[in-house]
Amino acid sequence: MAREMMYGEAIGAAMTEEMQRDSGVVLYGQNLAMTERDPMLRKFGKKRVRIAPISETAEMGVAVGAAITGLRPIVELWMSEFMLVAFDQLINEAPRLRYMSGGQVKVPLVFKAGYGFAAGWAGQHSNCIYHTMMGIPGLKIALPSTAADAKGLMAAAIRDDNPVVYLHHYMLTLDKGAVPEDEYVIPFGVADVKREGSDVTIVATGWMVKKSLAAAEVLSQQGINAEVIDPRTLAPLDIKTIINSVHKTGGLVLVDQATRHASAAAIIAAEIAEHGSKALKAPIKLVTALDTSIPFSEPLENYVLPNEEKIVSAVKSVVSRQAATV
Amino acid sequence: MRKKKALTKDRLIWMYAQMVRIREFEERVKRTFVEHPGVIRGHTHLGDGAEATIVGALATRAMNDPAMPSYRCHGYPLVLGTSPRKIMAEIYGRKDGLCGGFGGSMHLADPEHHFPGTSGIIGQAIAHATGAALTAQVKDTGQVVHCFFGDGSTKQGAFYESLNLAAVWRLPIVYILENNHYQAYTHISLEDANCIAGDPLSQKAQAFSMPGVTVDGTDPLKVYAAVRTAAERARSGKGPSLIEAKFYRLSAHGNAITVPPVPTQFPEHEAVEVYGRKAEYAAAKKKDPIPRFRAALIRKGVLRIADAKRIESEAQAEMEDAVQFALASPHPTPAEAVKYVYA
Repeated sequence: MAREMMYGEAIGAAMTEEMQRDSGVVLYGQNLAMTERDPMLRKFGKKRVRIAPISETAEMGVAVGAAITGLRPIVELWMSEFMLVAFDQLINEAPRLRYMSGGQVKVPLVFKAGYGFAAGWAGQHSNCIYHTMMGIPGLKIALPSTAADAKGLMAAAIRDDNPVVYLHHYMLTLDKGAVPEDEYVIPFGVADVKREGSDVTIVATGWMVKKSLAAAEVLSQQGINAEVIDPRTLAPLDIKTIINSVHKTGGLVLVDQATRHASAAAIIAAEIAEHGSKALKAPIKLVTALDTSIPFSEPLENYVLPNEEKIVSAVKSVVSRQAATV
Repeated sequence: MRKKKALTKDRLIWMYAQMVRIREFEERVKRTFVEHPGVIRGHTHLGDGAEATIVGALATRAMNDPAMPSYRCHGYPLVLGTSPRKIMAEIYGRKDGLCGGFGGSMHLADPEHHFPGTSGIIGQAIAHATGAALTAQVKDTGQVVHCFFGDGSTKQGAFYESLNLAAVWRLPIVYILENNHYQAYTHISLEDANCIAGDPLSQKAQAFSMPGVTVDGTDPLKVYAAVRTAAERARSGKGPSLIEAKFYRLSAHGNAITVPPVPTQFPEHEAVEVYGRKAEYAAAKKKDPIPRFRAALIRKGVLRIADAKRIESEAQAEMEDAVQFALASPHPTPAEAVKYVYA
């Protein structure tokens, strides 16, 4: 059974179900459960649902220590950039402890945060920093693009025995979709083909999936049938599904809200260059944010971010070059 | 208040034996740099001088209380029951090491013996220990976490954030600040505001409205008494305390950082090598906790000289065996390097 649910709601549903299922799951964060009326607090009690001070290093470091001793903490960090305050815990503690212990400990935790808030949050609150985490062995990264994925990936994140950065896109919070009501767990490392197509492959995550699907509609009216793939997790990364698609279409456009050299797109491009280049009939095209900080004013913000038009134009240029090589 | 039971004669002798074991182990690590150059790679930090604090604190353990120190971490697992063979083999980077050669001296972990892990980054493990206390509280295990860290760590954000959070959540943890007077190479008088003002470092506890006391960290009985009071408070749900144990690190911060092919080696203590304070170092040596505790126990009639000698020769034999075991242990299989990235 599925129910129409908002993306933001779906995340909460997964957290609630997992907390019901496993008494070792705890949740804390800043400005969380501030009053007795808080629904999570009422359901799970003060021991398991807590308010934390503005102390990212302690919040994230405590999660690491709690995880290696038997809990499954979810830390609500609100915005992905706030994790930068505790970069050591994110990059150099959580993903390292298991390895350095020779496999003796596990670090099951979820660092949950929103990202990419393209709504006038300017330079420090709307960035896409997942690339920074992608190269860190031991860390997993989930970026849901639909309400159903939001639920299934959160359930998987909580059950995973490794540190998981769960990044939900702020611009998708109110988007509705059909969400399975029963237990729903999406395995990590399995990309989802959001739209089947035969002429060109578009790979995107988060909000950019929505933009890419909109672009694909425009392109279909012009006779171009684009396939849209959402890797759903950047670590592990399902390169195989992308390569298979490129073998079918011969063209690849990578859409990423991050700046070019700090994008997941750059890493995917490198993988395809090494493992899938024979299938490419045209060079890979990246559609990313411009190499700037995110500006405040709306026209400026629009200018630097990828959008439907930029995706359409990139796809067209790839398709025309594919045609030239036939 | 409940009357505190005095430490038994056997327990006092056990404490002396643990101190001797730690010292002998660290001596053997240090000697390895001379006797087997090139065997120890990277950066190794010794805890000689800290024995009274380590043992005094851990002697209060109950309910399998976890211990979580910094990267200067060889002594604690020895007391908790980890085999010195495994620790030495880890320091030598061998297959039979505690962490299979994946961690080394700075990253010992032995969860089976309630030693969940360590971090090589100064101060960060204070947050991890605080998290272990959260586990104890949520799971209602009755455990109290023993969190050890150096004076240098108290200048890290992790220290302030963790102690505040632990006080807010009333976590069962005792913060044991090992004031060994040197933050890596820098004397504490150059970097600690309390020290510069002539105040004890335990004053930092006031910032979190938690008890803070300073004790002589060269006297295991004084450390024991302070940690016991703090642990009882923590176990009864009243939250954390900060204990400053003052002692003097007797070896340099770590081995000198050399670039291969120059083998690593242990330098003189910073007091002598950097600051030229020979008298300060000589005075610290005179306050060495081990001969002092030995003499005190003999004076009280707890320990006979013959028993002390037996303890010392047993420790020597135990650590000689650890060295030989570690030297004989093979290196790990290279292709295993990709194991353990993910659980």
